[in-house]
Amino acid sequence: MTAEVESHTVAPAPGDTWTGKFRDRVARDLPPDKLLPDRQPSYVASWIYVFGVLTIAALLVVVATGVVLTLEGPEWYHISDVGHFFNSLHFWSVQLFFIFMVVHLWGKFWMAAWRGRRAMTWITGVVSFIVSLATAFTGYLMQTNADSQWITFEAKDGLNAVGIGAWFNVTNLGQTMLLHVCTLPLVVGLIVVLHVLLVRKRGVVPPIDAFKNEPAAASNTAEVTS
Amino acid sequence: MPPLISAALDNPATYFSWGWLQISVGNLIVILVMFVLFILALVLPFPGGHDDGGDGS
Repeated sequence: MTAEVESHTVAPAPGDTWTGKFRDRVARDLPPDKLLPDRQPSYVASWIYVFGVLTIAALLVVVATGVVLTLEGPEWYHISDVGHFFNSLHFWSVQLFFIFMVVHLWGKFWMAAWRGRRAMTWITGVVSFIVSLATAFTGYLMQTNADSQWITFEAKDGLNAVGIGAWFNVTNLGQTMLLHVCTLPLVVGLIVVLHVLLVRKRGVVPPIDAFKNEPAAASNTAEVTS
Repeated sequence: MPPLISAALDNPATYFSWGWLQISVGNLIVILVMFVLFILALVLPFPGGHDDGGDGS
């Protein structure tokens, strides 16, 4: 029986299938010691390198509290004490998320973090920042208070002026809510995961003068730092 | 909601104006906090930092 099954098994050459190619690429770009390193270069021992992971920590609190708000609903978080508490946790973790992300952005900008074939790492960071702005914006729109009414009607005029009001109508609370609790968080999450995987692939960017006496090492920092 | 907070939310925000620049106190505080955090992150020593070889690996 075994021999009969084996005789009918199709066995393409390794690397011929898309799954094989994908597996080989992941194994090459992200081996376990790169994906989950237990050692870092000495220059990473600086507070400026902490703000990326602080941003992710704040994002996890944003998502966790957002899930609770979604499960319990507006009446709960507008009226009950515990609901107010979770509403505030969600709001303030968003403030921390943006504060940490901006300090992370400043730090990476001034150390020119796109060096060493890290352009896509920089670009995914920029895109995640922009999509996060859209996510926060839709969150402000659905507070259902006087503040959100003001923001909505100011934004309506702005979006109409740039010609996208026809398909993104900020006065449509259902559309805004679905964007805020489903589509945009999903996009932010996917881009952040991609951003972190690229950081692991290329390694943490070294300071500009880290290899000034070793030009050969500077051109190959991805391997050196990971 | 406590009366103090609801009263604060019902009133218009306080704005600073310097010529063409106008900014609310809340936004100004957030920007200053980010700036202070950035400077502190650059100058404060990191606890437990040590050079384990110096080859960046």
